[in-house]
Amino acid sequence: MSRHRDIRNMDYSDEYDGYDDIYGHSVDDDYYISPSNRQFLYNRENSTRSSESDIKEEDEVEAQLSDTEKVKLESCIDQIKVILDSKNIPHSDLVNTVISQNFDVQRAVNVILEDPKYKQAKYLDKKEKVFTQTTIQPTESESSNVKVVASTPKTATNVTKGFDLPNKLTFTPRSQSPASGRETPVTVLSSDTTEDTKAKAKDVKFDPQQLYKKERGEEKEHLYMIVIGHVDAGKSTLMGHLLYELGQVNQRTMHKYEQESRKLGKQSFMYAWVLDETGEERNRGITMDVGRFQFSTKTKSVTLLDAPGHKDFIPNMISGAGQADVALLVVDATRGEFETGFDFGGQTREHALLVRSLGVTQLAVPINKLDTVSWSKERFDEIVKKLKGFLKQAGFKESDVTFVPCSGLSGQNLTSKPTENELVAWYDGPCLLEVIDNFRSPERPVSKPFRLSINDIFKGTGAAFCVSGRVETGTLSVGDKVLLCPNRESAIVKSLAIEDVSKTIVFAGDQATVTLSGIEMQNVSVGNILCDPQYPVSVASKFQARIVVFNVTVPITKGFPVVLHHQSLVEPAVVRKLISQLNKSTGEVLKKHPRFLGNNTSAIVEIQVSRPIALELYSECKELGRVMLRVGGVTIAAGLITKIIL
Amino acid sequence: MKLVEKNFDKEGVGYVVLIPEESEDMWHAYNLISKGDSVRSTTIRKVQTESSTGSSSSNRVRTTLTITVENIDFDTQACMLRLKGRNIEENQYVKMGAYHTLDLELNRKFSLRKAEWDSVALERIDLACDPTKSADVAAVVMQEGLANVCLITSSMTIVRAKIDVSIPRKRKGFVQQYEKGLTRFYDQVMQAILRHINFDIVKCVLIASPGFVRDQFFDYMFQTAVKTDNKVLLDNKSKFMLVHSSSGFKHSLKEVLQDPAVMNKISDTKASAEVKLLETFYMMLQLEPARAFYGKKHVEKANEAQAIETLLISDNLFRCQDVKLRKEYVKLVDSVKENGGDVRIFSSLHISGEQLEQLTGVAAILRFPMPELEEDDDSAEDD
Repeated sequence: MSRHRDIRNMDYSDEYDGYDDIYGHSVDDDYYISPSNRQFLYNRENSTRSSESDIKEEDEVEAQLSDTEKVKLESCIDQIKVILDSKNIPHSDLVNTVISQNFDVQRAVNVILEDPKYKQAKYLDKKEKVFTQTTIQPTESESSNVKVVASTPKTATNVTKGFDLPNKLTFTPRSQSPASGRETPVTVLSSDTTEDTKAKAKDVKFDPQQLYKKERGEEKEHLYMIVIGHVDAGKSTLMGHLLYELGQVNQRTMHKYEQESRKLGKQSFMYAWVLDETGEERNRGITMDVGRFQFSTKTKSVTLLDAPGHKDFIPNMISGAGQADVALLVVDATRGEFETGFDFGGQTREHALLVRSLGVTQLAVPINKLDTVSWSKERFDEIVKKLKGFLKQAGFKESDVTFVPCSGLSGQNLTSKPTENELVAWYDGPCLLEVIDNFRSPERPVSKPFRLSINDIFKGTGAAFCVSGRVETGTLSVGDKVLLCPNRESAIVKSLAIEDVSKTIVFAGDQATVTLSGIEMQNVSVGNILCDPQYPVSVASKFQARIVVFNVTVPITKGFPVVLHHQSLVEPAVVRKLISQLNKSTGEVLKKHPRFLGNNTSAIVEIQVSRPIALELYSECKELGRVMLRVGGVTIAAGLITKIIL
Repeated sequence: MKLVEKNFDKEGVGYVVLIPEESEDMWHAYNLISKGDSVRSTTIRKVQTESSTGSSSSNRVRTTLTITVENIDFDTQACMLRLKGRNIEENQYVKMGAYHTLDLELNRKFSLRKAEWDSVALERIDLACDPTKSADVAAVVMQEGLANVCLITSSMTIVRAKIDVSIPRKRKGFVQQYEKGLTRFYDQVMQAILRHINFDIVKCVLIASPGFVRDQFFDYMFQTAVKTDNKVLLDNKSKFMLVHSSSGFKHSLKEVLQDPAVMNKISDTKASAEVKLLETFYMMLQLEPARAFYGKKHVEKANEAQAIETLLISDNLFRCQDVKLRKEYVKLVDSVKENGGDVRIFSSLHISGEQLEQLTGVAAILRFPMPELEEDDDSAEDD
């Protein structure tokens, strides 16, 4: 019986969702709207752009032009916009270039492309073309719609009459639609045409940057923070205590943890239990997988990722660090403990190098357990000195690293100024919470094509299943079609959520949970990439990378088997060829085809993965262009993908 | 393998008669037989006979055929060796020159005639007929969501089963899904062990993983065994051995075989000796790069200077179809031996052999440094 009920329930919600999807679509797609209704509908892509901003700029320059020239100018600009991505280039610049090139489209385009300011235009160039080809149907109907609305009152006459337009013009989509008349004021016409090309260029897309501001403008800045450090440095305890003091964990739960941990004889682990949830983790007293928690500071809303410190769980830590913007490197100040963690073989070094190679630039170093050395300033300074030198070498800017003395167990200097006299005597810097608050949240690449790397797959409620991961670039909204690479299977987004709060759109940098339909759960695996079907990621099993070799016990030769970490993907791989050894700082080629790569070298190598994976060039997408190479539980190299070979 | 008869003349022309006794012998046979050899063995052939009335009937007859080998096929999973070639000895069923594919069978003798028996081939026969049986080892390398069940014999490592499932991560209030996924995964691994590991033959089962996966799995397996009263597992509990490895991928086996505890237990397997030797080579490359070289050109040069102390060479190179090339390698091996060097032929089915194969297939540790080799143009390396 219960099964019956279940199915009925599921169907119900499924259908409802589906209905929702289609409904959501229809606003963007114009197929469903009759022309007469159109003017009453809110259209995102039309509303924001052009009219106001463009008009002013045009007026300034175009005032001195004759009618003929104005129209020539318009048509030129239209063509340029079809060829290039127009939104990166201010209208005024376009006008100026066109005039200076004497209304020659070809030359104007060249000038624009050569201009370093518009480098991006080149990149987008290809895609725009795709757009213009694929979306001609809808846009035509749309432009005619627009025309009905915009130009009927003006009694239009035929444009082509009396103009010596370049032949090429007839091929542009714009010229196919009966354009607005000569007498139409230029301003109206221009807004009309920009709309027109805009619609072509972005079809259902809107300006993601603006949307991002609109959606997230008033919220607190979001920050993803990973806590790293040597095993038993007290990462989980420190964070657990911080969360407790912030009131994220209520007293009753805390009391429960205290009781239970005492029963196991591990009372000092009570705060760590906030983040370590599985029985295994609690019994053993170590974190095994990345734990997450959310809290907010004065200006930021922070998602905390508590990484495992144990050597064997570094793969988990890497997938966590791939999602983080900033890092907390927890260091144990106890005598002997710091030294084991920091000197060769400890995870302090490896973790710091890893997060740096994964693109984390801001770091705070809480020097933990300082109470065990009775808040000695000398000890603090000694550790700071050692770490500073190392971190600088690892590539952290000195200004981006903050050191904070604290104690996770007693809770000193976490959320409020210290009370311990010995500490107050010499420390008056910020407490840990303030340091976290002072992190700058990085720029989110929302206008790039959508990419999400999957790091978890699980059954959601109902029939569908969810994947979660970090949106690396771009935006994703409910109802979007996505492509799952490297399998190249398509799916539809049924719903989106961030930390169990459902959303209609998510942006780059978000840790999103995506409910997918139209795809089997077995076909999805951790490390796959969800991407925009129109701009899929490359799929390859062989690529070239520029690597930096860390401290290795045996040198890397050709044929060296490694474990490749790419976002949350872990795959066995082989270093196929050593192409050239480079100078570490200047990047010039020292030796072609070296026999082997020893400690602290930099080189270009060819890597072959056992099966194809989804990846991208570092130059095009930093997030998906990074790889880590590990052997026998030690990270031996970090690399950037420089060339993709199939 | 049993050697029944051996007959060579001065020039090394002659034949041997062998009886393969276990599946590993097929691997040796595969390495012995090369294109152009003639093999005689009993086989089954479908024969069509036409009666006087013109009606034809076909039936399968067992007959003994001699063929010149044109094509060799080895299936690592089933350990089957198939030889394709033309018949060179006519009999009542099969004409001269007719094609036939011989399936070498266990416990049936075959004779192999070569135009030239070189030292490598002879050594291979000795190796194959070595009666001291090495311990058969099974290994399960695993990590959360991935497990490889392998069998390791003295010259082969065969992956019997690969289990790759995605386990949901732990998330707040959702730990059950993670735990359920893990249990399902353990169950699959356990089934694979029961299916693929024959406890009558295998003397030791290594369970290797990072973290605590192996302990958890071990506990789970024996809890389940007790529950289901699985005699096979319970009786063999002492054969299991838990070892650390850094990941669940196949090449982590290298770490497993290097573990001192494991080495003690299976010290006689070729596998762990090879791993150790390759490691020595890499250490040498790190510490004294002028004493470790790889690639045919470099190694040959070093050999000319009689500098080679240990030669590491993949058996893959001797299987090559190019007779001239094979001769070159045989010459290299002979000359190293002549000069008092040690030659280790790596099995390309082992992890270490796989790695050596990627590393041009031949490497050498030298007696004395030869920095001049390092300097000369290494363009030869881009094969």
